[in-house]
Amino acid sequence: MKATRFGVTCVAFALLVLSAPAFAHHGTASFDTTKDLTLKGTVTEWIWANPHCFLKFDAMDETGTVRNWAVEVSNPTDMTKRGWARSSFKVGDAVTVNLQPVKNGAPIGRLRTVNLPDGSTLSAGGPAAAPAAPVQ
Amino acid sequence: MKELYAVAIGVTITCALSAPARAQEWNDAGLPQSVLDAPKTNAPAAPRRDISGVWDAGGAGIAGPGHESPPWTDWGRQKAAGFKPGNGPRAVYEADINDPLSTVCDPAGFPRLVMYETRPFQVVQTPNQVLILYMFEKRWRVIWTDGRQLPKDPDPRWYGYSVGRWEDDSTFVVNTVGSDERTWLDNAGNPHSADLKVEERYHRVNRDLMELTVTIDDPKTYTRTWMPRNRMPLTLAPANFDMMEMICSPTEVMDFRKNISDRTNNK
Repeated sequence: MKATRFGVTCVAFALLVLSAPAFAHHGTASFDTTKDLTLKGTVTEWIWANPHCFLKFDAMDETGTVRNWAVEVSNPTDMTKRGWARSSFKVGDAVTVNLQPVKNGAPIGRLRTVNLPDGSTLSAGGPAAAPAAPVQ
Repeated sequence: MKELYAVAIGVTITCALSAPARAQEWNDAGLPQSVLDAPKTNAPAAPRRDISGVWDAGGAGIAGPGHESPPWTDWGRQKAAGFKPGNGPRAVYEADINDPLSTVCDPAGFPRLVMYETRPFQVVQTPNQVLILYMFEKRWRVIWTDGRQLPKDPDPRWYGYSVGRWEDDSTFVVNTVGSDERTWLDNAGNPHSADLKVEERYHRVNRDLMELTVTIDDPKTYTRTWMPRNRMPLTLAPANFDMMEMICSPTEVMDFRKNISDRTNNK
């Protein structure tokens, strides 16, 4: 028990001092770095794979249209360091996703943070997102 | 409040000192940042002519944005014009990237493997070879230490031909030729020619710390030699460190392209 507590403490401190490595596979050219969206949605798929993991979810936009979003994070190795796992999401999970969309208007983006059904938050690393009200 | 800071510092130091012996039993992604950052000046001396073990450069090894190279020659400029990278000053939209590593899972090749995504790697020494087993791509290299010379006119290989020698008891020097011209040097789309010569210097400072210096000598492509890695620090991982798989699967990359990359263009 003591060993477990020690381990948890070490992990917590390690996470506090962990610095996010560069977003390695590609840069930001595709993304609109001036935009910041927060969407409430339902998970349809969670892909844990190289070169990038990505989360797919259905969410309603400001026009009342439900679109299926696909938002990427880094690879399984980097995400493991940040506390993510293959089992982080299951289909049907209600999530609130903060993301940076692509410039062309497609429902694609880079995930920044996601709130899970149990109230916890996972961060993808990188620059902190500006607070934004949920669209729906 | 002072007591709280003292406890926090104490726990951090304890964790940092204890972590090398506390790697999990499987699927280690890398050493905690606190271990990478911890001072290693008081570590025991380096063993003689021994760089075996698992080594981790942390985020410094990844070098996602690529490297700032010296000016290209005319040949280098023409070669680079065909490379559409996802990072660096020539970055294009994700849908337009033609990096053979990230779009179709071609091998990263050498020296890209020590210039980009230099994740944890394991060094194994045998009587006539040094083997390097890389987490990234789950690839390996053979470095001959039996005294042979480099080939004079080698057929190109993705990972070239390498020979190594001990310059002194703590410095292992590797020379490589014959790298396939199709491979990129880094994420910024820096090219190389078949005439490329690479020198790697692995200097083991003490038991827990090693420094890697890489020199690129390719006069057909660059106007001078350059060092993309200059004493990059590598930290020794515990013996039970189990490297995570990090493989580019064509099936997975096609799935990513279909769902993300191919839908990001600006046309």
